[in-house]
Amino acid sequence: MVRQAETDRPMIKTKLSASSRAFYSVAYVITTIEAAICLIPFIILISSSFTSENYIRHHGYSVLIHEFSLKAYELIFRTPVTVLRAYGVSILITAVGTFCGTMIITLAAYVISRKDFKYRNQVSFFFYFTTLFNGGMVSTYIFYIQYLHLKDSLLALIFPGIFQVFYMLIMRSFVQEIPAALIESAKIDGAGEWCIFFRIILPLLKSGLSTISLFLALGYWNDWYNAMLYINSEKKYPLQYMLYNLLQQTQALAKIASQAGIRVMDMPSNSLKMAMAVVATGPILIVYPYVQKYFVSGITIGSVKG
Amino acid sequence: MTTEVKKKTGFLYELRKNRALWVMLLPALVIVILFQYFPMAGLVLAFKNYRFDQGVFGSAWNGFDNFRYLFQSGTGWLITRNTIVYNLVNLVTSQALAILIAIFISEINNRVFKKLTQSFIFLPYFISWVIVGTFVYAIFNYETGVLNNLIISAGGEAVNVYNMPWVWPIIICCFNSWKWCGYNSVIYIAAITGVDREIYEAAAVDGAAIVQRIRHITLPTIRPTIITMLLLNVGRILRGDFEMFYQIVGNNGQLFNATDVIDTYVFRSLLQGSNLGMNAAASFYQSVLCFAIIMIVNATVKRMEPDYALF
Repeated sequence: MVRQAETDRPMIKTKLSASSRAFYSVAYVITTIEAAICLIPFIILISSSFTSENYIRHHGYSVLIHEFSLKAYELIFRTPVTVLRAYGVSILITAVGTFCGTMIITLAAYVISRKDFKYRNQVSFFFYFTTLFNGGMVSTYIFYIQYLHLKDSLLALIFPGIFQVFYMLIMRSFVQEIPAALIESAKIDGAGEWCIFFRIILPLLKSGLSTISLFLALGYWNDWYNAMLYINSEKKYPLQYMLYNLLQQTQALAKIASQAGIRVMDMPSNSLKMAMAVVATGPILIVYPYVQKYFVSGITIGSVKG
Repeated sequence: MTTEVKKKTGFLYELRKNRALWVMLLPALVIVILFQYFPMAGLVLAFKNYRFDQGVFGSAWNGFDNFRYLFQSGTGWLITRNTIVYNLVNLVTSQALAILIAIFISEINNRVFKKLTQSFIFLPYFISWVIVGTFVYAIFNYETGVLNNLIISAGGEAVNVYNMPWVWPIIICCFNSWKWCGYNSVIYIAAITGVDREIYEAAAVDGAAIVQRIRHITLPTIRPTIITMLLLNVGRILRGDFEMFYQIVGNNGQLFNATDVIDTYVFRSLLQGSNLGMNAAASFYQSVLCFAIIMIVNATVKRMEPDYALF
């Protein structure tokens, strides 16, 4: 198992030379700056969502909260129908897509890593080929709409991302760590293939399953592209696409204003945008500290074997 | 003749023998066929005058007309050039930054500092491009953007970045490096961790300074990783990161000349429902050329350094 990268080396007990000291100073400074650049936009986002509209109109967005206000959140949750429905759609597609996708990927990865499965190389290549060549945006769009009838269907948000070859390859290296002898002996004891998979293989794949399902869940949660292409009715907008519309200020702002019974002009639109972004990313930021390590191990495995 | 018959029964026999395994494979096969292989047939649209009522296969052929329109209008060249230039610049800058950060984080001994900075740097990978679009808006918009705030409070004049096409390649490049630095540095840190510690210790005993150690030990050991990453990305040189371009640039028409890549061009006209033929031609030429480039690059690498070949 490749664990999270730990590169601590024992401190060598010699006096640091001048060049080493210079190197460490540069390393600390640049790493700190890069980390700050990565973090600051999030701080601006969160601070601005808690800042009064009046202040933003005059002074713009900033890192610090100057005039605290909950107006934006009040407005979002005063008539929570729109937001909650978008949340519902996002949760639904994430849950269904992640569960089904993880199952499909794991089954396929298991079969192509079985040494006694004669066509495993051909089947692997059949999957892998789709990463080298595809029909392109136009024909994919037309086929999904005209022949698979996915227009305005939630299935259009679930199916396109459900099976990803890269994840299957990551899963395959998890499966390959299970000794083949385990399967052999189960067979001798008379276990059927399905029994072997569900009772022996799956329980041994816990970290692989977590890794793959987290990758899938992140992809579904952050997806707006498929919604933009295929979804027409507002009731089926996932959270990210709803946020996108809000940023574009098309009719989204006006709609929220009319639901809340206020004039568009009085909308705290500047802070509202930021508050919506916080609402949409909140779940990710909350789970991030706990799930980060799974992504690190997944990426590490993918880069070695993929 | 006989071998053919044998083969057939061989496959059927295999199907029967491993029935359960084939059933396990079935969902993945069905999905790949329906959602990946099936649309490939639509590539013929590039040579057709598509009409919705006649369908993909019923529409009339029109030879190379679609390609002619695409390139005669100049759009074809423009978006191809943009796609390639952006990808090359983004590839070099993002990998260089990731390698630099990976080396620094690996060398730094303070555990807490390492953990914390690595978490922050990895964070942008987890957010959607829509949120990145929100950041772009919060920083660069004319009235309330952070940038103009800073300029004004420093006594300068507010600028409208959306009127300055030349800045956008830089903005796009920065956001690309920003978003992928964490992801890519995870890969490089893993490669650096794979280096045998004893080599470092031996080098330290022999009096090698840190910079020498990095040059002569770290960089050579992560060379295969660097090459693999470059190869993977060269194979995608004609595919723009659609979500990034679309969310950062949006629908600002005056920026299109400087920022339009094949994917954004195709997507926009697809939504507007205009020029489907030209779109299909652009899409076809992207898919086919991309495939050709991957095959050529891989074959070349295979001949020169077989270990680095992708497949």
